[in-house]
Amino acid sequence: MYTFHLDIVSAEKSIFSGTVDSLVATGELGELGIVPGHAPLLTKLKPGTVKVTDHDGNVEHYYVSGGMLEVQPHVTTILADTAARADDVDEAAAIAAKEAAEAAMADQNSEIEYSAAAAELAEAVAQLRTIQAIRKKAGK
Amino acid sequence: MAVGKEIRTKIGSIKNTQKITSAMEMVAASKMRKAQDRMEATKPYAEKIRSVIGHLAMGNTEYRHPYIIEREVKRVGFIVVSTDRGLCGGLNTNLFKNALQSMKDWQDKEVEIDLCLIGSKAGAFFNRFGGNVVAKTTNLGDQPTVADLIGTVKVMLDSFDEGRIDRLYLVHNEFVNTMTQEPRVHQLLPVEKQEEDELKHHWDYIYEPDAKELLDVLLVRYIESQVYQGVVDNIACEQASRMVAMKAATDNAGDIIDDLQLIYNKARQAAITQEISEIIGGAAAV
Repeated sequence: MYTFHLDIVSAEKSIFSGTVDSLVATGELGELGIVPGHAPLLTKLKPGTVKVTDHDGNVEHYYVSGGMLEVQPHVTTILADTAARADDVDEAAAIAAKEAAEAAMADQNSEIEYSAAAAELAEAVAQLRTIQAIRKKAGK
Repeated sequence: MAVGKEIRTKIGSIKNTQKITSAMEMVAASKMRKAQDRMEATKPYAEKIRSVIGHLAMGNTEYRHPYIIEREVKRVGFIVVSTDRGLCGGLNTNLFKNALQSMKDWQDKEVEIDLCLIGSKAGAFFNRFGGNVVAKTTNLGDQPTVADLIGTVKVMLDSFDEGRIDRLYLVHNEFVNTMTQEPRVHQLLPVEKQEEDELKHHWDYIYEPDAKELLDVLLVRYIESQVYQGVVDNIACEQASRMVAMKAATDNAGDIIDDLQLIYNKARQAAITQEISEIIGGAAAV
């Protein structure tokens, strides 16, 4: 009866939680097999499948796009990344965010909001009406 | 009958508006439930990663990661999380007020501010108000992914690494319950230490490849998950706030319709009475 508790969580949701017999994952320095009684370990995972065998011998596969594997005496946790991560991809995302900010700063008029525009229009209409009312009075 | 045509048109148009607001209320209610579930789902990751970081920081006292060290503050960064769409009551306004308040506190100390905006409402607000915007993400939708946020967060982390900013804050709404959403300003960097006695185990991990490298990755993931949580929280707030606002709008529309109906009935009654008295008057004259 040797089992341990496994949690696979990502920042967006919990992927798996339960008692398992063993687990095989792809660590950064090679394949890893975790069975009950493994020494505490913390390692980075490469994108790949995590093979989980439960107590009845059923095998399930989960795909993780990288992350962290943490082994504690009775609990093992996989902190999975939700997206494939690479430095250049991250860099590109950062540049895109910067450009969005710069574009918004340079072109202040591009993002006129509908509600703001509607409010301004209402203001202008009200002013016009007042002017017309005043003119009418003056005309009489 | 020609009486009260304007009133009837007005009632009709308010009824249409009421239909729209009550539909929006129901949509917001169902979206809120989903957003709450998502909010719950993000919690285990943040808790786990936090405890691992705590453990790592304890076990490696000789290695001080820059994200943990406090330094003199010359410039601060703010990540402001807002909604993409309006019609959600005072949610964004309250948040911006809160953000401006804490920015003012820094400005009084002659500290400059960099902004990173998430959500188009923040973009529109700071366009008008002014401020040094260094990164921006909009149109995240109801189901944002961490991937959507990596870019904006990285801009801020990079400037922290390069020493352009010395502190990083996250401003977002916190979901307390359906009726209450509280704007929060929360310090992301340097990571605030928490005293946890339970972490003083005597065992340590085996690290692969080594502790420093793992800590680097973990801290970045940690910040990302914090920002992501803020965004998800904010979405739940948006839907809750919209639901409440739309409920109020629907109720108000009902009140106005009742009032107008009363006025219409009175006008109609008056017209009939007048007509009758005219007929009687006419008959009496014959």
